Formats: sequence, C-alpha cells, structure tokens
Amino acid sequence: MQTEKAPWEIQRKLVVKAEEETNQRYGHRPEERPIREHVKFGVINLDKPAGPSSHEVTAWIKRIMKIGRAGHGGTLEA
Amino acid sequence: MTGVLPIALEEATKAVQALLHSGKEYMCVMGLHAETPEDRIETVLEEFRGTIYQRPPVRASVSRRLRTRRIYHLDLLETDGRNILFRVGCEAGTYIRKLCYDLGEALGCGAHMRELRRTRAGPFVENDELTTLHEVSHLHGLWEENQDESVLRKFILPMEKALELLPKVYIRDSAVDAICHGAHLAAPGVLSLETEIKPNDVVAVFTQKGEAVALAKALASAEQILRMEHGFVARSQRVLMPRGVYPKAWRGNV
Repeated sequence: MQTEKAPWEIQRKLVVKAEEETNQRYGHRPEERPIREHVKFGVINLDKPAGPSSHEVTAWIKRIMKIGRAGHGGTLEA
Repeated sequence: MTGVLPIALEEATKAVQALLHSGKEYMCVMGLHAETPEDRIETVLEEFRGTIYQRPPVRASVSRRLRTRRIYHLDLLETDGRNILFRVGCEAGTYIRKLCYDLGEALGCGAHMRELRRTRAGPFVENDELTTLHEVSHLHGLWEENQDESVLRKFILPMEKALELLPKVYIRDSAVDAICHGAHLAAPGVLSLETEIKPNDVVAVFTQKGEAVALAKALASAEQILRMEHGFVARSQRVLMPRGVYPKAWRGNV
C-alpha cells in the first residue's frame, strides 16, 4: 500500500528569488534574543508525567515560571 | 498518558495552533483479549497502514462525524503473551485508544489500549530538549537563585521550534511590519521560499534573521510565487511578531 510521507519525512529545498541584507538594528536571531524576550516567546518540550491532565500540567508550568499565559500543543489525555 | 507535550509560554501560545494539526508518534502497549500468533497480528496491522476511518469518542470535544486519518507507520515491536508493543506515526486527531479497539475487532478477539506514550508532537521529539516538570521546577529555582540566563535557555526553546515542519517563506525587512499589522504578503516582499508549497498550504513567514513573523495560507504554489512580480502570495492567518520590531516601510524608503 502506498504510504504518504509523514510531515517530518518531507524534504524541502530552499529556492532564492531575490537577495537582500537584513538590517542588524532591528530584531534578533531567535538564539540571540534577550532573556526576557526569549521566555516571552519560548516553548518548553515537556515530558508529561502520568496522572495529571495536560491542562493541569500547563497550569503548573504557569505557576512554577510565574507567567500569566501558557498553552499546550495538543492534549495528551487518557 | 505520558510523553512529549510542547508548552508554549506567553506570546508563543499564538504559535501553538501550528502543532494542533501536526503529526504525532506514539509507543503503545495494547492488550489482546486472546493469545494471537504474530503473523496474524502482522497481517491485521498491514490493513491499518495508510488511511483509516475513525469516529471520535463521546468525551472528545469535536464533532463525532466519521472521518479519515492517515497512519504513516505502524510497527510491531514486541509481543509478550497477550501484550503487544507497537510504534505508530499518525495524523493529528488520531485516537490511539480507538485504533487499539479497532485492531482488536479486526483480529476478532478484541483488544484495548493499556499504556500510551507520545514520542513526537510535530517537530518535538524525545531528545536532550525534553524536560520533566521536576527539571523545570529545579532549573527555574536555580535561575531565581543565581540569575544565570543559560539555565533558562537550557529548557526554554525559541517559539520558532514549533514551526519547524511548516514550509518556510523568507521576506524582506521592509515587508515585515505590514504583516505584523495583518497585511497579506505581496510578491515583491518574498526573498526565498521552500519548494512543495501548494495553494492553501499553511506556511510560516520568517525574517532574514529567522524570526517568525506570521502563519499564513499560500495563495499560489511555490513555483508561481517565484515567478510573480506583484499580487498577494499569502494570506496572513496568525501574526506572531509584535508590531514595531521592524520599522514601517514608507513609500520610496527601506
């Protein structure tokens, strides 16, 4: 049976249409964000424990990190 | 259920929708209701590779319409009496519990899911970046104590990680702020893009520095976009970058 490629198996090529240099005065490469911004635009790859729901775990992260908002990427429920 | 659960912080929650539709991988222990020879199990597994039908369970908060799901791979790893350990890669929204039930029906003896661990959610996998709640608590405590930033950077990844599997479009600095205000992406703003983009595909729009600007829906194919001199090439769906990070491009200026 013909199997479609999983999204993580798709190979993509980058094709350049035009070239231009970016101005270093604006923005930051993601790896170089100042720490406050890094956290504000951050994601945690969490290893969810058994027991609590994804919603509860997200609430705990908010409490530990003392942040106002967090969202999980797809429920992992019983 | 345990395993990979990406948690987006604060502003990054806007990017989380990219994950809800992303593929997943699981390791699953299924309990058969009768001993079954491996070759029989293999035969039935083969029937479930490719496209299957599923109706969401009552407790799911989605419409209970019968729908198709892709099973990218389904591999038997081990058997131990009636217990089967298998690996599965599937489209978002595939209910593994239901898959186990249906496998049991196809085998004739019945089966149920005993244990499930998610090993992939889109680009997030079980690697060095995977962090437990205990580690988050510990590392955050360490940071509060000694203010060493590198501790936070150990387990907090940039939001762009969530967009890794989406086709990418890189744009000029001058096109950025307009998109941050909700404007659609016009052809002249595009510098480079990845192939395999079809109309209506969700794409991730980036600055030259690799910062996520927005999630957008392609209005043309990659080949068309490369040839277009004017017109809109993508419709902004979710702005990810705040306004004002890049300057407004006034007419005749960059």
